This record gives sequence, structure tokens and C-alpha cells, in this order.
Amino acid sequence: MLDLTWLLIAVPLASSAVLLLAGRRADSWGHWLGVAASGSAFVVGLLALIQMLGLDAEERSHAVHLFSWIPGAELNLDAGLLVDPLSLTFVMLVTFVGTLIHVYSVAYMEHDPNRRIFFAYLNLFVAAMLLLVLADSYLLLFVGWEGVGLASYLLIGFWNFKPEYATAAKKAFVVNRIGDIGLILAMGLMFAYLGGVDFETVFANVDGVSTATLTAIGLTLLLAACGKSAQFPLQSWLGDAMAGPTPVSALIHAATMVTAGVYLLVRSAPILEGAPSAQTAIAAVGAFTLILGALIGMAKDDIKKALAASTMSQIGYMMLAAGLGPIGYAFAIFHLVTHGFFKAGMFLGAGSVMHGMGDQVDMRRFGALRTAMVTTWVTFGLGWLAILGIPPFSGFWSKDKIIEAAFVGEGAQPWILGGAALIGAGLTAFYMSRLFFMTFHGKARWTDGQHPHESPALMTVPMIILAVGSAFLGLFLAVGDRFSHWLEPVTGHAEHHEPVLPVPVLMAATLILVALGVWVAWRKYGAADVPEEAPAASLATIAARNDMFQDSVNRAVFERPGTHLTRTLVYADAAVVDGAVNGGGEAWSKTGEVARRLQTGQVRSYAATMLVGLVIVILVVVQGGL
Amino acid sequence: MSFVTPEIAWAPLAPIIVVLGAAAIGILVESFVRTPATRRAAQLGLSLVALIGAAGVAVVQWAGLEGAGTEVLAGMLTVDRQALAWQIVILVFGALGALLFAARTRAGEEAFTSLGSVAPGSTEETLARRKGMQVTEVFPLALFAVGGMMLFTSVTDLVFLFVALELFSLPLYILVALARRRRMLSHEGALKYFLLGAFSSALFLFGAALLYGATGSASLTGIADGIATVSGLDPLILGGAVLVVVGLLFKLGAVPFHSWTPDAYQGAPTPVTAFMGAATKAAATAALIRVSYEAFYGLTWELSWLFWAVAIASMLLGTVVALVQTDLKRMLAYSSVAHAGFILVAFAGFPEATLAALPFYLLAYGLATLGAFAVITQVRERSDDGTVLGEATRLGQWAGLGKRSPLLAGAMALFLLSFAGIPLTAGFVGKFVAFAAAISEGAWPLVLVAVIASAAAAFFYVRLIVLMFFTDVPDGQEEAIEVDYSPLARVVVVITAAAVVLLGVVPGPVLSAFENAAVLLIGSAG
Repeated sequence: MLDLTWLLIAVPLASSAVLLLAGRRADSWGHWLGVAASGSAFVVGLLALIQMLGLDAEERSHAVHLFSWIPGAELNLDAGLLVDPLSLTFVMLVTFVGTLIHVYSVAYMEHDPNRRIFFAYLNLFVAAMLLLVLADSYLLLFVGWEGVGLASYLLIGFWNFKPEYATAAKKAFVVNRIGDIGLILAMGLMFAYLGGVDFETVFANVDGVSTATLTAIGLTLLLAACGKSAQFPLQSWLGDAMAGPTPVSALIHAATMVTAGVYLLVRSAPILEGAPSAQTAIAAVGAFTLILGALIGMAKDDIKKALAASTMSQIGYMMLAAGLGPIGYAFAIFHLVTHGFFKAGMFLGAGSVMHGMGDQVDMRRFGALRTAMVTTWVTFGLGWLAILGIPPFSGFWSKDKIIEAAFVGEGAQPWILGGAALIGAGLTAFYMSRLFFMTFHGKARWTDGQHPHESPALMTVPMIILAVGSAFLGLFLAVGDRFSHWLEPVTGHAEHHEPVLPVPVLMAATLILVALGVWVAWRKYGAADVPEEAPAASLATIAARNDMFQDSVNRAVFERPGTHLTRTLVYADAAVVDGAVNGGGEAWSKTGEVARRLQTGQVRSYAATMLVGLVIVILVVVQGGL
Repeated sequence: MSFVTPEIAWAPLAPIIVVLGAAAIGILVESFVRTPATRRAAQLGLSLVALIGAAGVAVVQWAGLEGAGTEVLAGMLTVDRQALAWQIVILVFGALGALLFAARTRAGEEAFTSLGSVAPGSTEETLARRKGMQVTEVFPLALFAVGGMMLFTSVTDLVFLFVALELFSLPLYILVALARRRRMLSHEGALKYFLLGAFSSALFLFGAALLYGATGSASLTGIADGIATVSGLDPLILGGAVLVVVGLLFKLGAVPFHSWTPDAYQGAPTPVTAFMGAATKAAATAALIRVSYEAFYGLTWELSWLFWAVAIASMLLGTVVALVQTDLKRMLAYSSVAHAGFILVAFAGFPEATLAALPFYLLAYGLATLGAFAVITQVRERSDDGTVLGEATRLGQWAGLGKRSPLLAGAMALFLLSFAGIPLTAGFVGKFVAFAAAISEGAWPLVLVAVIASAAAAFFYVRLIVLMFFTDVPDGQEEAIEVDYSPLARVVVVITAAAVVLLGVVPGPVLSAFENAAVLLIGSAG
């Protein structure tokens, strides 16, 4: 079965092609084909998992050769897949959560005339994401990396008839390109110093190169991860990406694609091991983003944007863990998996609420939905308990471990990183409880004519399954450190380190902060009345509502100078370069005039440009060469 | 007085002779076949047979080549695998170009004027159009250009190189001037191209003279020996080398020798732009490789200044100015300037891998260029009374094309993505191998600039994709655009699109073929 893992990519890809090419004919059955493709990928993945569980730990890495991709003397690259515990974990997460979300979408997108195309894009995404995690080289990973970016772009802009949605898609694309530069540069560095871009060669040659080189590679990888995983300073696109249909937000912008950056870093563990400064940078970015995301989440009234801020913050936890080295890798992935379940579940819950409330997203117009939508309330509640980290729900097992690991170390570092993780837990409790209470508790603040109702079974069943995962998956994987042992062949064995504070103290502190956060949220948003319009607020709240002014910063630093440069160039192009052409356009038939222009104007200046350029070039070469 | 018959090995020259011979026959066809429709069919058939036949001969020669290659004409010309690889690439471009020419010489669909030799807007022109006259001379002209380019890739003597340069340039100057619509623009572009081309030819000749003066030889090997042995004449040698390289950079369209590109690309009939954009760049790159590696290998360090500066300037200027273009052909012209920069990146330090990387890069780039311009030929303006006019090249006119004609717009998007170097397209593999070659010589900062420039360049390619797929047709403009179903142009689009995908997904066989071609018969890198 392990040799057949290429089916994981081929099946959804083929289904996507069929859906795109079949046209309107596929309208009646297209969505089920999409579900079937994703479902069969899950079955293939499950069989592979069972087979791998039957192997000894040291045999759990299987290379699948596909074809010779870029042959060459200096760079010989085959396209192949690497099936190991890390990639299989992702395969299971992507296909399982992905299939549930496919099923959910059948009902959610029922009234959309282009549902077939939506499923084509979803399948394309699944194929690209699986290629990303199964690739055995950075270059093939990059293909998947661009593929998920493309699918994400298409899906954010799926309702592109609204201009702001198309703009959101474009923003995601541009910011992601910045991250892509990081990955390309990292590959260039690897090729130059490590002799290749496939994992095997790269990791085998890590010992022979300087720390500075590895640090440079690590930092460029961090840049790539920041773009894809919406980490500071490239986080600004994620909130806007909520313009896409809610299942997309659940699958791509919560459970899978945005965690690709964490995957990239954990996969690159051998490189990061040799670059302590890069590791510190990763942990610092993670710690900063987890606080930043939590602060933004506290002020958002749009339910999806609040969840997006929460995603940013939770991925911050994963990045923090990935920056801690071997003690953190397994927990980064562990939290990634549990987060995939509870956050996808909550997004689907938010979609269900929107479905029942006529696409309303403003939480100030929700309230008291627990009676109208019982299933949604219960499933969302389980996700809420999980993200809070209340034992024994999933989030507790993964997040608590990250907080513990963050407190390991010497000097000021454990206090800063651990402190951020700890405070983040309290903030998370506050904003998630705020979201939960504003939506499901308190008084009804519905707009006129809204009749909230429970969603159909096709939507609630996936939510229930994810809620069960949110509740028990963490416990199941944490018993006897099952998950850490499973990942050990990839992440290496972690020596046990004692945190600077005793574990029971940390656990107690976390739970006290969480309880405090919930209590404050209940006082303000559960027990008290919530105003229907956002009240006037302090500067800090306004900053958080505006994503900490990241857009303004981007605009001032990049966009404005860029626009001015562009305008100048437009002017120069119109006046200088294009002058004769436009002149010719006006005086279409006046041959003589244009001929005169030709002889007296442009060509001479063109030739002069060449001559000046030539003189400069000769001077440079002769001066430099002699 | 006795006359010694020169010894000429005809066989290795066969592909070139086939093409140039067909061009001569094409002129006879012009004179003797009277009906325009028959003439067009005959010319197209002749061109395709000649180009495909020549490519076949070149492939056979490649297979039968023993050792690195053969010297012909007393060493003035070498036929090695590198030369054959470039010849095949150019022949492929020529054949696709001929199909596009034919697509736009169909009666009523002409992109070419009916009589090139009269003043625009004159009564003679109107008369000629009314009589249904056609300039099918474009086919033999293109064949002459192809023949010249093929020579250009194999010549190892600066004087002969100059002859080849003029042989392919002169037909191109004429072709650029033959647009049917916007005749003034076309004339203007052609005249600029010609004047600046003459200027750069003069620079090239001057450089050749300086090198001859310093080393006593015009052959590339002789110059290489001279550079190694002659001392005290460094300014002459360096100056000569720079001038010769600049002459070639002009043909490549690199900054600051690019000023002809936007005008010529915009003014030329679109099939000519397609052919010229793809084939001239390939020929110029091939000659630049030969001259650099065979003659100037000893000047690697000194010339690296030139290549670095010009590469960076081309990438930056091409990308930034392309961002602000509102005319599609002009935008692609500036994009070609940026691509000239990417090509020059692979020359940093004269790495050996370049010999395999650049043929692939140019093949990928040329196919996408031919495809993109083939798409442009099919998107036409329509006037208020419903007559179909010329190509719609204003960017705004392409809004909503994806809804009207999804396959055509999809193909265009594919070509643009290939230009941008997105994975799974040929352009990505091309950029990858070219940049990898530069990195192998440690030209790191240059590749950094290249990566950043190509990321920025993605923006204006994607802008057009967004325009085609995600923007609605402006109100009242629904009828302003006509998508022309020209079977031959469609064939070109299908072939190039398939090739772009194929070369992007399984580049292996072609790359390893070019890997075999990474040998020069003579020269330090051989």
C-alpha cells in the first residue's frame, strides 16, 4: 500500500480535472464525485497508516520513486514521495478533516450555481496539500506549496463578484509571494551549500557547513513559513481571507494549509538544529504572533475574523514549539492535529450559525442561539473547551505541553517565551469565551426577520464527528506519549528537561488564568447585555479592531512609495518613451509630421541612451579589469 | 592566375541549406503563382516542409555526430551539438511562426498590409487592398531570417558572425514594417529597429576590428589564444570584447540596449512579434554563449562586471516598467526585457551548466511567447457597426475574456504563469536550471535580485489573469470584442500550451538531451 501513496495525490487531482472539464453536465453529481475522491484518498491513507503501524519504528520511512524530474550533472532531482510518520500524520489530518468538510459543503453550497467548480477547487487543494506534505524534496514541496496557494486564491475569490472579495484574494496572493521568495532563496542556498534540494542530500550534508549558512537557510525558511502560516509580519492576509466560503476557512485557513509553515519547519529540523539563532527567531516570531493574534481576537465582532485571529494565535503556539528544538517538534505537530479538529469544528459551527442567521457574521447581532441551534451549540462548546485547554479535552494535552516546553531553558528566554505562552492561554480563554457567549448566550439581538434554525444533517454530522475529535483525540494520542513516540523516527528522541518552574505549578497557573479569562468574559458578555453597536473604545481596542494597523503600516511602507514610483514611471513612459507613439496615434494620417518626429526626436534619444550606456559599461569594465 | 576551389563539407550544412534554399524557391513561387490563395497555401507548405525537414536533418546529424562536432569552411563554422540544439529550437519556433503567419494571411483576416511598398493611406494602398493583393513574401522573408539565425548559432568567426547577423536582421526589419493596421506605428517601429540595429552593428564591427588589431585574428579560437598570450594591449582587447558583446546584447534586448523593443514589438504585425520575440532571443543567446565561452573565456572576471550590471538593470527596469504598461504587446515587450536579464544571470562567471540550461530556458520562453502572441492574434476589436478590426491590445479590453472564451483565456493564463515561473510550467524549470547554473559559480546576490524581480513580475502577469477571469466586461462593451476562431492559430495555441505543460511536468528527457548538447567543439568550456 505504501507504494500506492501516489494515488493520494492522483485521485483528487483527476477528480478536480473531471469537474473542471465536464461543465454543467456535472452539476447533478459533481459534488459527490468530489466527496468520493477525498474519501478514497482517506481510505488509501488509512491503509498506509495501518501498514506502517505494523512496521518497526526504524523502518517507518518509505521512499516512493515517481519519475526522474530534472536530470543534470550538478543537480539531479527525482520526483518522489516520502512516506513517514510525519507525512502520514498530515495525510490523515488532511483527508479526514477534508472529507468531512467536503460532506458539509454539499449542503452549505447547495444553492450556489457553481457548486461543481467549488468542489473542483477543493479537490485541487487536497491534491496540492498532500503533494506538499508527501514530497521528498524541497522543490516538489514547493510545487505543492504553490498549488495550495493557487487553490486558496481561487477559493477566497470564489465569490469574486464582490470586489472586496477579489481584493482579499489578491492580497493573500501577494503576501504569499513574499513568503515564496523565502522558500526559493532557501532552495538556492541549499543547492549552493548542501549540494541539492532533496531532503536526503540536504540533511546528510548539514554537518559539513557553517552555522552562518544554516542560520541563513533557517531564516529564509522562517520567512516562507510566515507567509504561508500568517505569522508576524506577514499575517495581514488571513483576516481578509475569511471572504471565502466558510468551509474553505475551516479546511484551508484553519486546519491544513496555514499550518504548512509549521510542517516546513519541523521537516527541516536537521537544518534548524545547526542554527540556534534561527530557532530563537522562530520561537520569538511564534510567541509574538500568539499574543498579537489573541489581542486582535479580543476586539473583533465578526465571528469569522475572530476565529481567524485565533488561528493566527494558535499557529503562533505551534511556531513557538517548533522553535524550541527536539523537545518542541512533537508538540508542535500534536497541537497542529488537535487544533485541526477543534478549529475546523468551530468554523463549521460558525458556518452553521451563518446558515441559520442569513449570512450574518456580526456577533453583536447573535445571542441566545443555544436554544435555536442545539447541535451547533454543543459541538461548538466542545471545540471551545478544547481550545481553552480544559482537561480532559484535546487542547489541554497539546497546549499545556507547549507551555511546559516553553519554560525549559536557561537565562531570560524561558521566562519570556513561557510567559508569553502562559499569558496567551489566559487571553485565548477570554476572547474565545467572549465569542462563545456573545453567540450562544445572553439575550437575542437578532435583526428583524431572522429565524435561526438548526442546519441539515449533512452539516451537523461532520460537526459532531469533529466535536468528538475535539473532545477525545488529545487524550487518546497523549496516553503513554503515543504521539511523541510515533513521531520519534522523524523528530528524534527528546531528552527530558525540567522547566524552570515545577510542572504542577505551571498547570495550575494556566488553569487559573484560563478560569479568570472565562469569568471576565462571562461577566461582560454572558451575564451583562451586549450593545448591538460596537461602543466607543480605547485606543488599544481600536488598534486591535484594525488588525493592529498592519494594513496601514504596509500601505505606508510598501504601497505608497510603490504607487509613487509607479506613477512616476507611468509619466516617464508616457512622456518620454511613448511620446512618439502617442503622437503618431493623434496624427494618424499626417505622414510628414510623424516622419519629422522620427528624425528629430526619439531615435536619436534612443541611440543616445545606448551610447551613454555603452560608455558607462566600457568605463566600468576597463576600470574594473585593469 | 589560378583559382583554388575551396573545400566545403556540404553535409553538416544541410539544415541551413535546406532552409535558405526553400527561401529562394519561395521567391520564385512569389513570381510565378498568381492566385493569392494558392500562393499562400504553397508558401505555407513550402515553409513547413523546409523547416520540419531541416529539423529532421538536424536531429539525424545530432544522432550521428561523432565526438564533439565537425568544423566546416576552414573552421569558420562549427557544427557541434550545442549548435544543433539551438538550430532545432529555432526551427521549431520558425515552424510555429509560419503557422501563425498563415493564420493571419487568410483572406479577410490579414495582419499584413496588402502592399508594403507604398505610402500608408495612399490611393495605391486602397487599390491594392481592393484588388485582394497579399504580401505572401513574408514566408520567404521569415525563412531567410531563420537561415540567418541558424548560421548565427554555429559561426566561429567574427566577420562571418556579422554576415549572419545582418542576414537575419534585414528580413526582420522588413517584416516589422508590414502591419496592415496602424501602419504608421509599424513603420515607426521598423525604422527605429533598423536605425538602432545599424548602430549596434557598427559597434559590433568596431569591436571586431579592435580585437583583430590586438590579436591578429577574427576567429574565436584565435582571439582566445590572443587574449591568453598578447600583453600590453588590454584596453584594445577589453574595449573590443565589450563592443562585440554589446552588439549581441542589443539583439537580446537587454538594458540599456533595449529601447527598440517596445516600439518594434508593438508596431510589428503580431505573428511577426511572436516569431521575432521567440527566435531572435534564442539566436542572440546562442551567439552570446559561443562568443563568450569560445573567445572571451579568459576575460571571465573582467566581463562579469558587464554581465552583472546589464542583467540587474534589465531585470529591474523590465519588471518595473512592465508593471505600468496599459498595452498588452508593450507589456510583453518589457517582460521580454526582464527575461533578457534572467538569461544574462546564467552568464555570471560563465558556468558550464549554462550550456544546458539556456537552451531549455529559451525553448520554454519561446514557446510561451509564441503561444501568448497567438492568443493575442485571436482577440479582436469590433467597431460600432460590427466590422472586425485589429487586435485588442489595450489591457482593459481583455476584461472578462475568461467568461467569454474560457479555453483561450486559460491558455493565455498558462503562458503568463510560465513567464512568471510558477511550478509545473516550463518557465519554472527554465528559471530553476538557469539560476542554479549561476549559483554554481557563486553568483548569489545576482540570483537574489533575479528571484525578487521574478516575484514582482508575477504581479503584472497575474493582473492580466485577474482581469480575464475575475473582472466583468464593462457595461456596453459586450460587443466590442470578437474572439476570432482561426484554426491555424488555435493549432499553435494548443501545441505551445501542451509543450509548456509537458516541459513543466516532465522536463527530464528534454533536459537530458540538452545536457548532451552542453559541449562546444572548441573553447575552454568544451
